[in-house]
Amino acid sequence: MEVLVASAVGILTATGLYLVLRLRTFPVIMGISLLTYAVNVFLFASGRLTIGAPPILSDDATVYTDPLPQALVLTAIVISFGMTAVVVMISLGAYLGTNDDTVDDQPEPKPEPKQEDAV
Amino acid sequence: MTHWLIAPVVLPAMLAPFIVLAARYHIGIQRVFSLVGVLALIAIAAGLAWTASDGTIILYQLGDWAAPFGIVLVGDRLSTLMVLLTAVLALFVLLYVIGSKWDERGWHFHALFQFQLMGIMGAFLTGDLFNLFVFFEVLLIASYGLMIHAGGNTRLRAGVQYVLFNLLGSTLFLFALGSIYAETGTLNMADLALRVQMIGPEATVGIRVASVLLLLVFAIKAAVVPLHFWLPSSYAEAPGPVAALFAIMTKVGAYAIIRVYTMIFPPELAATSGLEDVWLMPAALISLSLGMIGVLAAKSLDRLVAFSVIGSMGMVMVAIALKSPEGIAAALYYIVHSTLAGAALFLIVDLVKSSRSSLALTPMPPIAGAPLTAGLFFAGAIAMTGLPPLSGFIGKLLILDASFDTAMAPWIWAIILGASLISVVGFARAGSIVFWKAKGLAVDDDLEVGETPRPLAFLAVGGLIAMLLALTVFGGYVQDYMIATSEQLFAPEPYIQIVTETEGKLSGASEGDH
Repeated sequence: MEVLVASAVGILTATGLYLVLRLRTFPVIMGISLLTYAVNVFLFASGRLTIGAPPILSDDATVYTDPLPQALVLTAIVISFGMTAVVVMISLGAYLGTNDDTVDDQPEPKPEPKQEDAV
Repeated sequence: MTHWLIAPVVLPAMLAPFIVLAARYHIGIQRVFSLVGVLALIAIAAGLAWTASDGTIILYQLGDWAAPFGIVLVGDRLSTLMVLLTAVLALFVLLYVIGSKWDERGWHFHALFQFQLMGIMGAFLTGDLFNLFVFFEVLLIASYGLMIHAGGNTRLRAGVQYVLFNLLGSTLFLFALGSIYAETGTLNMADLALRVQMIGPEATVGIRVASVLLLLVFAIKAAVVPLHFWLPSSYAEAPGPVAALFAIMTKVGAYAIIRVYTMIFPPELAATSGLEDVWLMPAALISLSLGMIGVLAAKSLDRLVAFSVIGSMGMVMVAIALKSPEGIAAALYYIVHSTLAGAALFLIVDLVKSSRSSLALTPMPPIAGAPLTAGLFFAGAIAMTGLPPLSGFIGKLLILDASFDTAMAPWIWAIILGASLISVVGFARAGSIVFWKAKGLAVDDDLEVGETPRPLAFLAVGGLIAMLLALTVFGGYVQDYMIATSEQLFAPEPYIQIVTETEGKLSGASEGDH
């Protein structure tokens, strides 16, 4: 199971990073979503992987799973959900305004050459 | 347990929805509430700083649950100092916003401003790493709204980059938190400080990875080279007063580095030795030189100031990377100075922008109110470049002095002094093009210029410069306080003891229950 979870985190992170480096808003947002999935699984696994054990106190349980990472993941999911919504709206606005969905700075809209501020 | 410590977080958190829901269409009421809120924040922050100034550590347990299971807010000298600095900065920025009517150019400025303050205050006060992440997100999501306030295509594009870069930073933060939790089983800072020291030398791989990841996250926030790429276009494209408020945001990164790398990973910890002197110090020196070279190379005034912020963050990081009490004390002085100076310069850039067609560094007809703006720019530039008589000079001197005995001293001295010279040339060039060469050109009546800012805007900038002046005149007292703060940071035992040993709800009962 450890191998499965670890490789899932690894593959999600790798694909996420690849998509982020595409520098067009749609793949970048997809990539960031994949990265947040990866980090959620990673956070979940940080409390060790236990199968079939309750996270809260009960009388007949002898083994418990760590409840804290589950709370952390819940917070992280909510936050990343909100953030993704925000970035979709902003990049949609930028795309509709300039008819261009590249993420890095193009010299075209500005007169002076710019730093590459892209990720 | 008094509840004052949570007031800097709760007050803006209550004000913001009130402004959105009740005062949505009344800009006057929004201004009044925002201003009263910030004034109250200053009073609360001053009270907290006064309480903490004798070395008291103020602990607030949320819901009365004891650490490490409950979330705690902790106010020591450093936290309360940063809270006070934020509140003071917020006041001047808000005065400028009202004076220049920036809040009328888009929706919900004041609500977002209050949410932003809530996030920053929370980040300074929290005693829990995951809570720090949450407050980072609060301040970021508010900053996304402020950054694209009043819209415009270039601003939206810059906003997309800013948001995406910070989302990546947040993901990295979560990876760091996951690895820390996997290694130690806690995320409370005081508890972490105890547990990290218990890790034997043979099992430090995980915690070393986590400490580097965490440093990277904070370095993104603090815009340390090579993680600074988000800063120039975000700060240059953001509305002037928002960029001025963002001057404190890079300092949140610096604060987090100081807090985590004095308490959880202290300099004497073997597992993370070399992190500061081998990695952070060269990165800081490169930030400093790159920022100041950027000042010289910038072709527009807003980018020039943005690069000077990178340079000043480099200076702060040099002092932090010395990891000595003198170094941290100098860094704290410089943090206060560079926040005020950076904010003043961004506001001045906005003053220039209001009556100039673009901020490109080419001669254009004189701007409205030129003598006063030029005078303020002169003072701001002197402060930022670190020339006497303003506080930048004292700050730089303290950093040079703190680094005098270290092995890196020749490098540090050469780069700090060289970078200062370059930035002086850069600012002098910009000032003479924008203000002096304008004299010879006739005013073009047909040119569309914005409204001349009201006196309140000038008052806000003047207030920031006056704060810098006060920081210089009372430099001795401030420096004594910074030394005391830094001593408290390097002796974290009372902090750890208070956080871990204060009892809360069910503390006594938990022993026998299971």
